[in-house]
Amino acid sequence: MSVAEPKVTLDLARGLGLTADEYDRILRQLGREPTYTELGLFSALWSEHCAYKHSRVFLKRLPTTGARVLQGPGENAGALDIGDGWAVVFKMESHNHPSYIEPFQGAATGVGGILRDIFTMGARPIAILDSLRFGDPADAKTRHLVNGVVSGISWYGNCFGCPTVGGEIQFAPEYGGNPLVNVMCVGLVRADRIFRGRAEGIGNPVFYVGNKTGRDGIHGATMASATFDDTAHEQRPTVQVGDPFTEKLLLEACLEAMATGAVLGIQDMGAAGLACCTSEMPARSGTGMEVEISAVPQREEGMTPYELLLSESQERMLLVAAPGREDEVRRVFAKWELDAVKIGTVIRDTQLVVRHRGTEVARVPIEALADGPRYEKPTVEPPELAKRRAFDPLSLPDTPDATRELLALCAAPNIASKEWAYRQYDQQVGINTLVVPGSDAAVLRVKGTRRALAISTDGNGRQVFIDPRRGAAMAVCEAARNVSCAGAQPLGVTDCLNFGSPERPDILWQFSEAIDGITDACRALDLPVVGGNVSFYNETSGQAILPTPVIGVVGLLDDATRFATQWFKGHGHRIALLGPDDVSLGASEYLWTRHGTMAGALAPLDLGVERRVQGAVRAAVAAGLVATAHDCADGGLAVALAESCVTGPGRIGADVALAASARKDLALFGEGPSRVIVSVEPSRAREFEALMAESAIPWRWIGTTGGERLVIRLGGDVAVSAELEAIDDAWRSGFERHVA
Amino acid sequence: MKFGVVVFPGTWSDCDFHHVVSEVLHQPVKYVWHREHDLGDVDCVILPGGFSYGDYLRAGAVAGRSPVVEAIREFAAKGGLVLGSCNGFQILCEAGLLPGALLRNECLQYRCQSTHLVVDNVETPFTRGLRPGQVLTMPISHGEGKYHTDAETLAQLRARHQIVFRYATAAGQVTRAANPNGSLENIAGVVNESGTVLGLMPHPERAAEAVVGGTDGLLLFQSLLGSLVEDGTFLKR
Repeated sequence: MSVAEPKVTLDLARGLGLTADEYDRILRQLGREPTYTELGLFSALWSEHCAYKHSRVFLKRLPTTGARVLQGPGENAGALDIGDGWAVVFKMESHNHPSYIEPFQGAATGVGGILRDIFTMGARPIAILDSLRFGDPADAKTRHLVNGVVSGISWYGNCFGCPTVGGEIQFAPEYGGNPLVNVMCVGLVRADRIFRGRAEGIGNPVFYVGNKTGRDGIHGATMASATFDDTAHEQRPTVQVGDPFTEKLLLEACLEAMATGAVLGIQDMGAAGLACCTSEMPARSGTGMEVEISAVPQREEGMTPYELLLSESQERMLLVAAPGREDEVRRVFAKWELDAVKIGTVIRDTQLVVRHRGTEVARVPIEALADGPRYEKPTVEPPELAKRRAFDPLSLPDTPDATRELLALCAAPNIASKEWAYRQYDQQVGINTLVVPGSDAAVLRVKGTRRALAISTDGNGRQVFIDPRRGAAMAVCEAARNVSCAGAQPLGVTDCLNFGSPERPDILWQFSEAIDGITDACRALDLPVVGGNVSFYNETSGQAILPTPVIGVVGLLDDATRFATQWFKGHGHRIALLGPDDVSLGASEYLWTRHGTMAGALAPLDLGVERRVQGAVRAAVAAGLVATAHDCADGGLAVALAESCVTGPGRIGADVALAASARKDLALFGEGPSRVIVSVEPSRAREFEALMAESAIPWRWIGTTGGERLVIRLGGDVAVSAELEAIDDAWRSGFERHVA
Repeated sequence: MKFGVVVFPGTWSDCDFHHVVSEVLHQPVKYVWHREHDLGDVDCVILPGGFSYGDYLRAGAVAGRSPVVEAIREFAAKGGLVLGSCNGFQILCEAGLLPGALLRNECLQYRCQSTHLVVDNVETPFTRGLRPGQVLTMPISHGEGKYHTDAETLAQLRARHQIVFRYATAAGQVTRAANPNGSLENIAGVVNESGTVLGLMPHPERAAEAVVGGTDGLLLFQSLLGSLVEDGTFLKR
């Protein structure tokens, strides 16, 4: 080694992010002082990112089981049985911090990381969805971030060859210092061929496969090294650099190697790199592992054991092979021109033993590494929140011109078309995409079956901020409702929980409440949470982001030929509104766009009604009664109607009559859960009415499709009368104007 | 008709073409690995889309000089049919099997969108089932699809009717607004002089089933299937 290792002290441990208590815990568990390399292992594996120190006690509340669950949380991704011998594998992860430092590579490697989580399970990725949050769209910095993130996603996903089929892009000033880049990936695998990150069979060979290791992404190492050796090359940025081409080769090589039967267990080297794989894999199997770290393929010279263990170089996997079948593994990876090097062995002794050119540099009990500290820190509701919730939006004046208001909302960056981003993403490779981005949910067929998957992500930070429990429950409901609007039965959830610092009682309260809200909704809708990710510390200079649990829902359509989309299909169809009347302007898009305010109570959420409304929509789609179904979300009923008019291949107007209302703004733009608009051909109206009666939900006819305008009457008076072309122009230009 | 689908490291439309040929057209099809020197017994070889070798140098530059391309060169010289789509088109240009080059899109961004193509030449095995002026709808998905060539070559392409597809409006008008990538004269696809090697940026395999993107792409395959004569030659008209 060229650089002498620093002396291990409490100060050094602190510099690596460990507390004094945690350092004491290490001393106790080892019965001695750790070596520098060992301290590096602990600092990485006991980090919040790997150990879920502050969140684990809360995450235990989430429902994670169900008849279809083949794999719940704890593996690289969750898996659900979808019939015909197939399983869907999916997960969402964040790459927020790197994307702020370097938006292009940060977002690109976010895509790369979640793709590996899927194919390490043996599944071929078939879809990517991105849930993005940025600051004020008028800010030049936001434009830079949006362009960088979108082009990074485009570059990685397109080159790799997985279609990007959905997601959301939302703006709020609170994300200015901490944009969110959450990426969800969905893959398919034969249900009996799911691979797991396990290290089984004493004596079995451990292989390093994929890209070579460099000094990129060594978080702790770069921070710490500055204290003892201030040379420039050690100050390298902590953001990893992606190589989507190598990732594509790694995908094909891994799936081919798995098909030989020579692979027993496999795990992606993501956060904390080799350190994480070499401890988590044996931890799951009750074994140990010994590795010769100098055998790791390297692209830089003189890397220390510490650096090799903690590097987060991309496009790498660790796999355990069947004994005697090493050459089969080597042959497959050689075909794809990738390294596959035996670096170690599974051992009986439950220790991680790391040697460097034969010299032992670490010997740590696996249990100590894998079972990090857990905290149950205090939670306190921020005192000013009740006051904010008590604000009455109706104390503000009503809108004088609802037509102009509707056009302004259609052009609001949160609502306007995101085509500028989506046209930079390949949406069809794999030829499974039945519904491309632009409807409530993406729909992809499952080749070789009659089935299809519907997928959606959702998470409204403003609503969660105002009322974390109800807001988070609403996010689950909305993502599931989007899937139901396509006609699919929601099967399961992955969640990406983005919050500020958990060391702040007010933030941890938001987190705890949000977990309870997700739990409430998942239980009511029979949705297991099978995987996800927690991203804390999303704050800059004491300013935390809006609490943003992003919910990804995967649903199943039994008949791939029968699904609904959000746009009207023909003239003269009847329009119905399903769901309750209760809406609110509290924390609504209208209140923000029109009045610049984020306050007021959310509309009530009745989970029983939610469940029945979703069931009714699915039944109507399955019966062939409904080909248009659209969730009423941001901007309320008026915006939902406008979207149904202009987002399809051809524009179709509507004439809608609602009950008289004392407040136009509330009636038109008020937001509330469990509300869906559908359109029905007149000849099927009676069948539809019978079906709704059976469903026991509130619903009513509200109008008819057709014409060149969207007209909305309140108690007979025309409140909105907008040309479709004007709506279309507003909706198509609103986003691009800010970011292009 | 027997098809071969070439696979380079980084190719990703290989499975899609394979699916269309075997599951939609019900024709025999096999993959051809990039290191192979012999294509074996095939009537038509397909160069699919993707990012061969990552396209880190120039799109198609490395693949255009790989062993399998030499086999394709011999195959084409004997009159074998070659269809290159997206990255396949870029590779055929890099290999010199088709004239011209594909540059970065004028907008400097990747573009995935539906396009309309007007058919200029119906006297090739790929287009003989189409009408002159017929408009097809097919998606594109590329970052480097701006067709370019020098004035002399362009004049030759015109004189020899080698321009097969041009980006157009839904009504078939060749306009600047209908050009998604800044291609010279809206060129979306060209053939070699004998009409047996076709390159196009759009993805016919993504428009081969009604449920995913329509069936206009299928028309190319159907033209091809009808063109095969018992003695192994192909009809152009």
